[in-house]
Amino acid sequence: MNRPPPSPRPKGGGDYGSPPKGGSGLLAGAALGRPGGGAGRFWLWAASLATYAFLYIPLAVVVLFSFNDSLLNAEWVGFTTRWYVKLLHDDDMLRAAANSLLIALVSSSVSTVLGAMAGLAMHRYRPRWLPFLVLTPVAMPEILLGVSLLLFFRQVLDLSLGLFSILVAHITFSIGFVAVIVRARLAGMDESIFEAARDLGATPWATFRRITLPLIMPALMAGFLMAFTLSIDDFVITFFVAGVGVNTLPLQIYSMIKVAVTPEVNAISTLLMALTLTLILAASRFAPDVLKARQ
Amino acid sequence: MALLEIRNLTRRFGTLEAVKDVSLFIEAGEFFTLLGPSGCGKTTILRMIAGFDAPDAGEILLDGVSLAGVPPERRPLHTVFQSYALFPHMTVAGNIAFPLEMAGKSALEIRRRVGETLALVHLEDKAASFPHELSGGQKQRVALARGLVNQPRLLLLDEPLGALDAKLRVEMQIELIALQREVGITFIFVTHSQQEALALSHRIAVMRDGRVEQCDEPDQLYTQPANRFVADFIGKINLIEVEVRSSSKVLLGLHATGLGEIAATDARPIAVGERGVFALRPELIRVFGHRESADLKNRFEGVVRELLYLGDVTLYKVELANGALIEALMPNAAPGRAKFHEVGDAVAVCWRHDAGVYLRN
Amino acid sequence: MTAPRTQPAGLSKWVVTLPPTVFLLAFFLLPALIVVLAGFRETGEFGGLAPVDSVAALSLDAYRFLLGDVIYLEIFARSFLVATLTTLICIVLAYPLAWLIARSPRQRRDFLVLLVILPFASNFLVRIYAWIMLLGPANLLYTPFAVIVGMVYAHLPFMVLPLYTNLEKHDPALLEAAQDLGADAWTRFWRVTFPLSLPGIFSGSALVFIPVLGMFAVPELLGGTGDILIGNLIKEQFLENRDWPLGSALSIMLTACVLALAGLAAWAAKRGLHGTEAVT
Repeated sequence: MNRPPPSPRPKGGGDYGSPPKGGSGLLAGAALGRPGGGAGRFWLWAASLATYAFLYIPLAVVVLFSFNDSLLNAEWVGFTTRWYVKLLHDDDMLRAAANSLLIALVSSSVSTVLGAMAGLAMHRYRPRWLPFLVLTPVAMPEILLGVSLLLFFRQVLDLSLGLFSILVAHITFSIGFVAVIVRARLAGMDESIFEAARDLGATPWATFRRITLPLIMPALMAGFLMAFTLSIDDFVITFFVAGVGVNTLPLQIYSMIKVAVTPEVNAISTLLMALTLTLILAASRFAPDVLKARQ
Repeated sequence: MALLEIRNLTRRFGTLEAVKDVSLFIEAGEFFTLLGPSGCGKTTILRMIAGFDAPDAGEILLDGVSLAGVPPERRPLHTVFQSYALFPHMTVAGNIAFPLEMAGKSALEIRRRVGETLALVHLEDKAASFPHELSGGQKQRVALARGLVNQPRLLLLDEPLGALDAKLRVEMQIELIALQREVGITFIFVTHSQQEALALSHRIAVMRDGRVEQCDEPDQLYTQPANRFVADFIGKINLIEVEVRSSSKVLLGLHATGLGEIAATDARPIAVGERGVFALRPELIRVFGHRESADLKNRFEGVVRELLYLGDVTLYKVELANGALIEALMPNAAPGRAKFHEVGDAVAVCWRHDAGVYLRN
Repeated sequence: MTAPRTQPAGLSKWVVTLPPTVFLLAFFLLPALIVVLAGFRETGEFGGLAPVDSVAALSLDAYRFLLGDVIYLEIFARSFLVATLTTLICIVLAYPLAWLIARSPRQRRDFLVLLVILPFASNFLVRIYAWIMLLGPANLLYTPFAVIVGMVYAHLPFMVLPLYTNLEKHDPALLEAAQDLGADAWTRFWRVTFPLSLPGIFSGSALVFIPVLGMFAVPELLGGTGDILIGNLIKEQFLENRDWPLGSALSIMLTACVLALAGLAAWAAKRGLHGTEAVT
């Protein structure tokens, strides 16, 4: 992206001959974008800090009360880790966690392969239909993908829902994310290096193995971690295609919070948060733009 | 038999004919240049030789064998790309070893040949560096080494000096000539810079709009351009519209409207009454003070309208009697004297009768 | 150079293109088409869809039913209202933040952006659960207010990021020029910054509005019985009433709304671009 360099800014409006006329409040400093813009800058910071607080306080409360030594999430009583210990002995929860991990591992592996192919194809051969197929599942409301797959599995394939349908659903929406990351990586590369490899005696397969694959490896790692996070986090689509037999972590949390607010939910939420946070930060190390791809 | 024969090569992109019926013969050991403005088809020809593109008509033969249908990796020739196209994830040594590995050479031989080639381009100490750690000139050398290490029959160079700054470019030109002489491999060089082409090549094919306008040695191109385009494209030149008044054996009498008679030479039989242009290099014109005598047949009075002092030489723009401006280049060789004339001076421009060329329309 | 790169693409083209294409045709496009078809079918005896052989013709029953009952129109209207409110609140909250980030020193920008995205590392349900915890004791749970708060909370970063991306590209010299030409701060904002940021607002709005329309978990967990939206209705037909034709018809109507909105956003962004070449 063409970021403008941080330009030297005037110290005051007087430098420009016509001082600001009656500018006030938030806009005065903000419009000028001055580091020391006085009152306007103060209000801009205040509004932004309030928004950051709005984003973080609820999550902080969840984490905090996961260590609260009280069954009621009402007031702070004392520090404990017993909710985490309780989690470890909750068979339903452990089964759900195992399912989630299995599904995430398999679906992210498959979608990394298919997504990498799609990314390569979109970059190199530009078939018209592929971007539509790859990106629409990412862009449309999740519920629509969920119900269409529910209908398809039950009515057309006449399969009972379960691991397979969840896997297919997760792969379907993850392909797009991987493809976008891989395509972005390829777009940033000099096309002639692939020709150079051929020119120097490499067959198409040798070119892929020796040049293309090593060069897109960071994107594949980022895509894999991204797909893994999406899979382990997904609630809406899984909700429709899971059926009755298979539970995942988000489904387990859903059924718990529908009933009551318990510290155990805080504990599992905190753990899940730590896991996905780690994965996303890891992914962003491989491909810095991956965080933006999440939207 | 020529090493590379290009016969009636044609390539179309949609309605655009990028290469039109081009035929060229390139001899073993030659430094051959395709020269032309961008979009003239020179890179397209190079890509067809390398195998990245296929001709719509015509053929390319290497050692008398057609290359049609042979994929790039099976052609015994390599390319040096404009962007160098070094593999970013491999070291310098890894890049240079790549073609040897693809050819299935033994580890021992690879190590020996990589070492030799690194020495050839004076990069022994950079073997373990990655491309992003190199300067532009060093990347250029690595690209050359990678193209040469496997001793191809032919090395194709696509504007390889385009990304370098002016000073480095001159150094690399000198190195390139020495390198080509040393390895004895045939070079086909693509450039839009006429200066580069003249400095480097044994022969040059000047191209325009997909066609070869003239294919000749550099000095022949410069002194005997085949047509107006070549004359104008290579170097600076004055073009004067003329009509042929007389033609006898080698002497040619030309008439320029408002100027008078110009004496020239031409061995071709040329019809009296024909119209054309008279092409004259600025450095072959002498500018005298108008009272100085000059024992030259072609002498025209004029006034200095502009001058450009360039240090070693001065460029004079002299307005002649018919209102035309003629450019003359004079060396500032006299000690203690910067230039000979000032703007507004009345002068005479003169040239030998064999200084210019008559070009048919 | 200028010569087009046309490399004869043979086998390798199909090796990479076919697998993802086939997978997505089978598991995305085909199911989507089946939803369209299902909207024109009858309900089966035990819910779901009637077997194909018993219904020779397609029927418009599901759509007739939808349009015949004012409650469905009400729910659609409420969904649009909630989506509009959510989008507007997101714009108001996101603008100062995006602006602050865009005008921060370069080395600090990425960190501030990361701070906006990080809450999204938490599970979607956890984010809703947080508000159950906060709003419950305040007796605000199961109200329309709770629904709006949850929706805004879940979608705010989708507004901040496109807006930031847009504002970041503004040339500070534009504002200095406006000031030099005599515009006060208020005028500078409304006449320069705001019009130039419209493409960012449009794409952010599309990213907020569209998912909100289809959301069912937020109203279900934070809202009262009167707060259900299109998403809840669809979920109900598929998982509780097992009236699949009705659910499919609702899904199609939702899809139509989404497509219309996406088209509108694309059109608006394109139109906006004419005036914002200075920005991009």
